[in-house]
Amino acid sequence: MSGSVGQPIDRVDGPAKVGGKARYAADFRPSGVVYGAIVTAAIAKGRIAALDTTAAEAIPGVISVIHHGNAPQLAYAPMDPRPIVDPKTGEALRVFQNDQVLFAGQPIALVVAEEPEQAIQAAALVRASYAVGNAASDFSHASLEARPPEESRHPGGKPGALRRGDADAAFAAATRRVDASYEQPAEFHCAIELHGTIARWDHDHLTLWDKTQWVDNDRTEMAHVFGIPDDNVRVISPFVGGAFGSALRSWPHVAAAALASLLVNRPVELVLTRRQQFSSVGYRPRTVQRVRLGADDNGRLTAVIHEAVAQTSAYEEYAEMVIEPPAMLYSTPTLRADYRLAPMNVNTPCPMRAPGIVTGTLALELAMDELAEACDLDPLRLRLLNYAERDENKNLPWSSKSLRQCYAIGAERFGWSRRPSAPASRRDGHWLVGYGMASAVYPAHRAPATAHAELRADGTASVTSAASDMGPGTYTSMTQVAADELGLPINAVQFELGDSLMPPAPVHGGSMTMASVGSAVQAACRALRAKALDLEHPNRLPQDRGAMQQAYARLLARHRLDCLTAETEAMPDDAAGRFSMYAFGAVFAEVRVDAELGEIRVPRLLGVYAAGRIVNPKTARSQCIGGMVGGLGMALTERGQWDDRFGKIMNASLADYLVPVNADVQSIEALFVPEEDPWVNPLGVKGVGEIALVGVAPAILNAIHNATGRRIRSLPATLEKVMGC
Amino acid sequence: MRSVLSLTVNGRAREDLVADNMLLLDYLREVAGLTGTKQGCDGGECGACTVLVDDQPRLACSTLAHQVAGKRIETIEGLATRGRLSALQQAFHEKLGTQCGFCTPGMIMAAEALLRRNPDPSRDEIKAALSGNLCRCTGYVKIVESVETAVRAREAAE
Ligand code: FES
Ligand code: FES
Repeated sequence: MSGSVGQPIDRVDGPAKVGGKARYAADFRPSGVVYGAIVTAAIAKGRIAALDTTAAEAIPGVISVIHHGNAPQLAYAPMDPRPIVDPKTGEALRVFQNDQVLFAGQPIALVVAEEPEQAIQAAALVRASYAVGNAASDFSHASLEARPPEESRHPGGKPGALRRGDADAAFAAATRRVDASYEQPAEFHCAIELHGTIARWDHDHLTLWDKTQWVDNDRTEMAHVFGIPDDNVRVISPFVGGAFGSALRSWPHVAAAALASLLVNRPVELVLTRRQQFSSVGYRPRTVQRVRLGADDNGRLTAVIHEAVAQTSAYEEYAEMVIEPPAMLYSTPTLRADYRLAPMNVNTPCPMRAPGIVTGTLALELAMDELAEACDLDPLRLRLLNYAERDENKNLPWSSKSLRQCYAIGAERFGWSRRPSAPASRRDGHWLVGYGMASAVYPAHRAPATAHAELRADGTASVTSAASDMGPGTYTSMTQVAADELGLPINAVQFELGDSLMPPAPVHGGSMTMASVGSAVQAACRALRAKALDLEHPNRLPQDRGAMQQAYARLLARHRLDCLTAETEAMPDDAAGRFSMYAFGAVFAEVRVDAELGEIRVPRLLGVYAAGRIVNPKTARSQCIGGMVGGLGMALTERGQWDDRFGKIMNASLADYLVPVNADVQSIEALFVPEEDPWVNPLGVKGVGEIALVGVAPAILNAIHNATGRRIRSLPATLEKVMGC
Repeated sequence: MRSVLSLTVNGRAREDLVADNMLLLDYLREVAGLTGTKQGCDGGECGACTVLVDDQPRLACSTLAHQVAGKRIETIEGLATRGRLSALQQAFHEKLGTQCGFCTPGMIMAAEALLRRNPDPSRDEIKAALSGNLCRCTGYVKIVESVETAVRAREAAE
């Protein structure tokens, strides 16, 4: 029987999506629903001195204006342990519980009205006056006070420092050196679906239709906010219109919608405006990194020194694994890496596609390109010379690593040998042409997950797990896994997700859905098939998928069963303690820079990935191309800009914060190197969602150097930077 | 203020009492119950709300419902005929023009408008016609391929 896993299967949810029938959070219509609109703080720090709601309340249709002056005190019971998606230090923002303002854009009131337009109009009429405090709004200032993350002092917390040998002495003694600082601005997820929640209370039970990457945690967090049992909360989220990390946590507006519904006794729909997305949900934090690389005359690394400072909020410490890539991507006898956080009056950052890893890899891969120049070596050759045969950071062997193949296949396919050997040496008309490359890496995670599988009287199967699908194709890949285990055709299996009443699943992030939920689906379906085989001699079950459905139906009928079920939890084994598990990749970019105007085009981008087994090459390739275009945006256009004086985001719209558009994209190709990994998880998958973003921006910036001779060390690489203005 | 609005939505004549300040987007989603049309921004930035008004693409988030009185409105829900996906919808499905799917209705409606005025567009014409529609998932490559596939499918069907 040939399996569907590994085949380019069409999306099972495709027809619903192209037909406008897929239902996202804000598409549900509980009867009697009313609409909320948020009022946000206009200052970055201080106190609300007075709030005048008279004009807002006079708008026809307005039902209530909720704020700290009239909202009840909520339980906000502490969660122990904290969910992995929340920062380990500090306290999540509470809505309407006091008069304190901690950042500009903080929700300070919520208008509820019969129609959306009424709520929006009234929200604009709420007048707040403030006692203005002294805000930490300038990053360069705040970074002087940066400190190691508090969580680094506790077991399991992200490290603030990594050490191997005496890196400073080795750097001082090195004959080839690079010492440079790189700046990555804050970047925003900008999924096209706005964050939104519909909340409805039925007595002491709360139902939320929410944009979330983790229904189970959303349920538990809201239960703690309102001091009710987990079982009294149900979260429903069958489709997520992109999120990339922005919907991992339960943000304050979710509690605000639930509170409003409680107070007005009607279901309340609250959709953030695009502008509010820039302050009500997180973002990738601004990070400055100084990298020093020391090498011998042959280009062998002798020292890696990496110092990173990132912004966080004044009320929570959001830490990332920025210092991990420099510690493990190449072989080096000495290492010193330090990571510090600068608290500011901003809202708390959060994971965004390949959090921390993309940032650390950016600085390292830009510095490696500079080192190649200092050593007079081809950049790819330099990477091969320093290839890490084991994880020197964790001091473990790799579970599998096919980065060499990625380099080789990528170089061949891209034509790396035709790279201009000297910067600014190739011209095509008014275009300067350059090639660049970078490595990519992302850890392979896995978490416990449970799935429920059921054979129905007609021989078809239904499988559920409280997972999520923000676009990569969870519905499809899980259906494939289930179909293969049960020996059924794809269309005889239905996979459902996105409801906290379903068996528990981990967060849909960190590229671990396939590894975790996929393993559970596989285990549950395997158990179900074993149950069926207990009732029937294996020889009487057909080999053919079409016939299997009838065979199951006959079997159930013969045993007078309505259905046959199995529920299984799949747990990670101890392999993660014995092996270091990462996906790897190599990214190649061709760049053309207009010699007179500085316009930058990227005619070719190639990513080659070794990410274990690829369950569905069709959806995986598409996911990678999308991720690579995210990297293109990071390289050339994306930058969140605060006004340093007032701590306000200045470009809070899709017209001002520039995500890549159709015209930016030319030839983009993603390839997979076949890779068997017996250790990562039963399916042998490593995930591709995050790694696709990693390495793209440095490959492009390195290509810009090759084209123009100019090193751009702060993202994004805009025209004025290439022109040297 | 409220007044009666009459128009056709997906071939069906409707009359509703609608507030003067109601957006076409909210009219479609909240009054007509057609939630296939999406909102992705505060007005005119993303294209997710694109619908057809008398065959022309129009941003429902930047149009008052009363502005289109008497006109012919088409949304994503109106493209399939008797449950059969249109050539464009089929192509977006097969060629993975959709990932999270949120930009998809607007993207397909903008492409539909293009194919009605130009049944055989070049790649550049496709990109230009979709230039007002943002997608954060697909990287656009598969979207352009989807439209090209639909063009060929429509030609083959003729
Ligand atoms: S919703 Fe973004 S352009 Fe209309
Ligand atoms: S498919 Fe998600 S925004 Fe286009």
